[in-house]
Amino acid sequence: MPKRTDIHTILVLGSGPIVIGQAAEFDYSGAQACKALRADGYRVVLVNSNPATIMTDPELADQTYIEPLTVDVVTQIIDQERPDALLPTVGGQTALNLAVDLAEAGVLEKYSVELIGASVPVVRLAEDRLLFREAMQEIGVATPKSGLASTLEEALAIGDEVGYPVIVRPSFTLGGRGGGIAYSKPELEALADRALRASPVHQTLIEESVLGWKEFELEVMRDKADNFVVVCSIENFDPMGVHTGDSITVAPIQTLTDREYQTMRDMARRIIRRVGVETGGSNIQFAVNPKDGRQVVIEMNPRVSRSSALASKATGFPIAKIAARLAVGYHLDEIRNDITRETPASFEPTIDYVVTKIPRWDFAKFPGADPTLTTSMKSVGEVMAMGRTFKESLQKALRSLEIGADGLTPGPLRDCDALLKLIETPTPERMFQIGDALRAGASTAEIHAHTSIDPWFLGQLAEIVAFESELARASQVGDPLADRALLRRAKRMGFSDRQIARIVLGDARREMDVRAARLALGVTPVYERVDTCAAEFEAYTPYLYSTYETHDEAEPTTRQKIMILGSGPNRIGQGIEFDYCCCHAAFSLRDLGYETIMVNCNPETVSTDYDTSDRLYFEPITAEDVLNIVEREKPMGVILQLGGQTPLKLALPLQAAGVPILGTSPDAIDLAEDRERFGRLLERLGIPQPPNGTARSLAEARHVARAIGYPVLVRPSYVLGGRAMAIVYDDAELEQFGREALSVAPDHPLLIDRFLDDAYEVDVDAVADGERVVIGGILEHIEAAGIHSGDSAAVLPPYKVSAYHLSIMREYTEALGLALGVRGLMNVQFAIQDDIVYVLEVNPRASRTVPFVSKATGVPLAKIASHIMVGKTLAEIGFVEEPAVDGFFVKEAVLPFERFPGVDPALGPEMRSTGEVMGHASRFGHAFAKAEIAAGDHLPTSGKALISVNDYDKSNILKIARDLHSMGFDLLATAGTAEWLRRVGLPADVIPKVSDGSQAILDAMRTHQVDLVINTPLGRSAISDGRLMRMTARQHGVPLFTTLSAAAAAVNAIRALKSKQLRVRSLQTHHATEA
Amino acid sequence: MLERIPALLALEDGAVFEGVAFGAVGERPGEVVFNTGLMGYSEILTDPSYKGQIVVMTYPHIGNYGISPSDFESWEPHVEGFVVRELSGVTSNWRSQVDLEDFLRQHNIIGVSEIDTRALTRHIRLHGALRGYISTADTNPDDVVDKARASQGMLGRDLVQVVTANAPFTWEEGTQDWETGRPMRQPDGPTLHVVAYDYGIKHNLLRELCDRGCRITVVPATTPASEVLTLNPDGVFLSNGPGDPAALEYAVANVRRLLGRTPMFGVCLGHQLMGLAVGGSTYKLKFGHHGVNHPVKNLATGQVEITSQNHGFAVAADSLPPSVEVTHVNLNDGTVEGLRHREAAAFSVQYHPEAAPGPHDAQYLFDEFRALMLDKREPA
Repeated sequence: MPKRTDIHTILVLGSGPIVIGQAAEFDYSGAQACKALRADGYRVVLVNSNPATIMTDPELADQTYIEPLTVDVVTQIIDQERPDALLPTVGGQTALNLAVDLAEAGVLEKYSVELIGASVPVVRLAEDRLLFREAMQEIGVATPKSGLASTLEEALAIGDEVGYPVIVRPSFTLGGRGGGIAYSKPELEALADRALRASPVHQTLIEESVLGWKEFELEVMRDKADNFVVVCSIENFDPMGVHTGDSITVAPIQTLTDREYQTMRDMARRIIRRVGVETGGSNIQFAVNPKDGRQVVIEMNPRVSRSSALASKATGFPIAKIAARLAVGYHLDEIRNDITRETPASFEPTIDYVVTKIPRWDFAKFPGADPTLTTSMKSVGEVMAMGRTFKESLQKALRSLEIGADGLTPGPLRDCDALLKLIETPTPERMFQIGDALRAGASTAEIHAHTSIDPWFLGQLAEIVAFESELARASQVGDPLADRALLRRAKRMGFSDRQIARIVLGDARREMDVRAARLALGVTPVYERVDTCAAEFEAYTPYLYSTYETHDEAEPTTRQKIMILGSGPNRIGQGIEFDYCCCHAAFSLRDLGYETIMVNCNPETVSTDYDTSDRLYFEPITAEDVLNIVEREKPMGVILQLGGQTPLKLALPLQAAGVPILGTSPDAIDLAEDRERFGRLLERLGIPQPPNGTARSLAEARHVARAIGYPVLVRPSYVLGGRAMAIVYDDAELEQFGREALSVAPDHPLLIDRFLDDAYEVDVDAVADGERVVIGGILEHIEAAGIHSGDSAAVLPPYKVSAYHLSIMREYTEALGLALGVRGLMNVQFAIQDDIVYVLEVNPRASRTVPFVSKATGVPLAKIASHIMVGKTLAEIGFVEEPAVDGFFVKEAVLPFERFPGVDPALGPEMRSTGEVMGHASRFGHAFAKAEIAAGDHLPTSGKALISVNDYDKSNILKIARDLHSMGFDLLATAGTAEWLRRVGLPADVIPKVSDGSQAILDAMRTHQVDLVINTPLGRSAISDGRLMRMTARQHGVPLFTTLSAAAAAVNAIRALKSKQLRVRSLQTHHATEA
Repeated sequence: MLERIPALLALEDGAVFEGVAFGAVGERPGEVVFNTGLMGYSEILTDPSYKGQIVVMTYPHIGNYGISPSDFESWEPHVEGFVVRELSGVTSNWRSQVDLEDFLRQHNIIGVSEIDTRALTRHIRLHGALRGYISTADTNPDDVVDKARASQGMLGRDLVQVVTANAPFTWEEGTQDWETGRPMRQPDGPTLHVVAYDYGIKHNLLRELCDRGCRITVVPATTPASEVLTLNPDGVFLSNGPGDPAALEYAVANVRRLLGRTPMFGVCLGHQLMGLAVGGSTYKLKFGHHGVNHPVKNLATGQVEITSQNHGFAVAADSLPPSVEVTHVNLNDGTVEGLRHREAAAFSVQYHPEAAPGPHDAQYLFDEFRALMLDKREPA
């Protein structure tokens, strides 16, 4: 059947902010869906609150709403746009849940909007564990023994029945949030309580443990004619018990016979049919008992998912794009395979390489969080690598992670027994610990006994470790660098030059020596194509990966080409915003007629869609791998400034190797990063910065801090996202945090700055061409100085900065841009204290706020910067004036504290947010309210406000409290704060502190008797009342403000909400009106 | 680690690929074909249709799950040689009884690993399935190329007589549940007698027929039609098999005699024989279809089946008389995948409904065969 002609306008829901469990993969799938639907002639209306996405670029939809993903807001949009259909399957769990809510609220019926891709009964059946289990029984598909509980008592009874350990899986939560494994009744009691609370329907599954079983996933698709294909099969390296998002996964399946696999495939077909997914993709997870082959289904997701993004990148089969087309009526056999061109999409891709995905975690950002991997996902990003063997792909993936590993790098431990004990617990370190256990003499059988990891995978690791010793032995008796066969074997096992340098030369930093030896012997990689068909048909898409084989398929062209280095795995501080900039470079340079070459290793992203650039190299972003591609492609230039720190770190080695670097020079980047050089520059320009110094030891640090005067901000240099950054108030704290910071970056000095208390911060994004600097946007932080800019809410344009200060900042920005010779993007951070404008830092590269500013102003800054990098001037581009901003655009950060119980959710100088949302309106209050709602905090318009602030903030809380009182809020306060409030005549009920031996304050939040919490922390002291209060508020979804500036903004927003209803406006309408 | 013996794979066009030997040593000619399935090497090794061929696996890791005799498609392996990128050093599966290397050694089959199988596959795609020669004895590439050139090609070659049964036998074993060993299906209705021509029959064809209430007499490929009819079959099954169908005049003649006399179902080579029996012709494909992901459209229902395929020859669509209709086509290259006789109760498919390895999408064809037999059984 060809596409449907009875529908015209399709509403697509995005997935909202990046959070753990729902990340950039939904930008990839959503963007693909929008493009596919528009190409088929449909009018697309998109809603997504996340401005950092490609999908919210105004070119991707006919109407783009960057608005909160709530029933109220989307209902208004439906009323305005009158879509015929709603596609809820490309925006993750968020979109699916919202679609169900819209249906249940009667909105879809009222406006005659048809759900396409998945119906409400399908979603219910797949999501409701009890219904799903019953359906599986009906079709004879086995599931683990289990029971559904709505109360704690029920949960415990089921636990007794199925036997411990049991898995706790709350219904309808993202990425298994709130779940876990309970080994005993007391553990179940605690877990079940949390799970019931996490579940929006107050329900959780208690399930027979299939811990240690092998875990598999199938990515399947089905069309309206009941055609069914398996796009990709995936085997988890980590057995059952670790969330698949936290598991190392491998495609295709390695350890099943065809007979076992076909049994699984048959089950998958029956499942998708029974659940009723008629048009689209699903992910189905299975567990297999390694002892007898018994297979059970674990769950199914009736939508595109993180795994389907991975499967698309792993096979070259674009699941989301095809799912969107199936949803509008096409059949699989009516859709072409883009890569082979001659064959249809109704086939099963086959691959002749191995794909390994490894998650990336950021536990260091969350002191106190438990790094044990469980059924609740904790990773913040992932990498994927391809190689002809598992060994090659694994080692490539490990070096892609950018965690200091060059491959299966040895760790510090040598004690076999200790290692065997450690690997029993899955953690981010386990892969390396297994390598160490093998080095310490453990057998694969022993490791299997301690981990249940399949012996086949362990055998592969053992081969890597064995080869490592062979290489070490060879370097004792001869020169492995002169042995072509040996070097080739090393490369075929995925050993990096750094790894070889470490083993053979005793120093990983001598990788260039290995490289030289390798090149002299002709040991160089070839590039093979990802072709969906194992070379059976010709591939027309240059989607490539490196390997050490005999035949190269890169076929570089002789066009003028630009290479763009991506940003690697998402992590806190370096996320989708940088991928957005890289994609814009690819789009805009392609428009200028250049051939664009993307290099990246992150499977979640739009940049690694083979449609984004002319050529895609799915490779680690290391000096070795990038130089290899440069050698093959010979680009006229490489762009480093858009992908965050990942490519910037390569500036010097690439420059040393003679690679032409486009845009701002590496020396200018170094000048801006090098504290001493930068200090001299500011002095020369007469621009003030907070008093500061550097120290290489604790003693030196104490000396500097005393000279500057406490409080001081302490951090290591060359670290992104404020890692190990702290505000310290005295010598003792300095001792503690200085030591930590020195250990994080031992090669770099400590930076110590005078902390500007009570200052407020401003971010400026600008573009420069060497002769002119044009400001793209000025953002005022809503949280006061001391909160990392990535975690602070911010508003464009500034709402409380004087024109005088703005003009100073403009002047400084221009001076700095010219002095540094910036060609491309730059970001300057200012702080204003006591009428003085200080420069905190300058980043001559893309910043996190570029997409936000571009969405707000309608000016595509990253595109303009890309044009500058290939030699255009701002005048030629026609961007010579700072754009005017109509209304207010508020950015709010989204933080992952719910994932890390036990971590203090107070904001600080270290960035911990995973994503952001945007709210816009003509008034600041409304814009802020929208941003808060989009971030998941529903600001109350009445009720009880709990206030507990430190002494320092007591005078400033009065106005906020008075406003809340005048708007009808009841005030609740801890004794000290209440005393203050009463003094100015504000009635406040006193609630005892936890340290007074009362749980009242926590209970009030748990039972939702409090609607708003304002609590400001003091210093970085350990366990305190405040910490417990903040953690409880976060866990129970009570809006929490930990700075007075944010609280004041919230009050402003509440006032706006009370006075006038929120309205929605698409970006296209907004910018058209503006023009 | 064992020191590996070098091995050469030479093609008739002069291309030479270097690897290391596993399994047996020695030398052997064969037509070089590639199979794109990710799993299923046990079934592939033991599929008699690969007689005369050296099989290249495109998936790089082979041997991971060892060898389990319950996966066999015949009594023994038939490939002339087995070429892989990397032989697994570890065998990991609860059903495995022997590792791949030992299995090949026991059956005197040369395996070659460490070959750039993707480059080899691309070579075959561009130049077609070529005569090849594997040697662990001869280290001179030119010699081995000469041996490849001197070897016999596939065209006009009757390999069926090499693999067919010497004498008739009966088959009564259906698909078994591997956990319990019990039959997976309990057929109801009358037991039907099927005579199956063994041109190199895969055991899963027999199991699938058995699952549908058939008692099967397997007869040698040369069994005359008259003899088959004296067995009083409810239907005749034409099996898969190796080599060039055009070389099997005796088989074509028997099929022609049986057409219309008894319901008939042909698979793969059996399908080609039916095409020839009705007056059509066959031709050699450039590099054949060997894999488990081929989309085939059922023209009657419009549905797409993902099929298991293993053939180097095909029935020419334009050669077919009006008495037969094309029922299935391959969506990748448009080749004929299924035929149905308009008058006689006979149909055939080019692909493998029994899969093994491969998806089970086309198992309905066995049901259709049973229905056809039942239909003809009832006196009019």
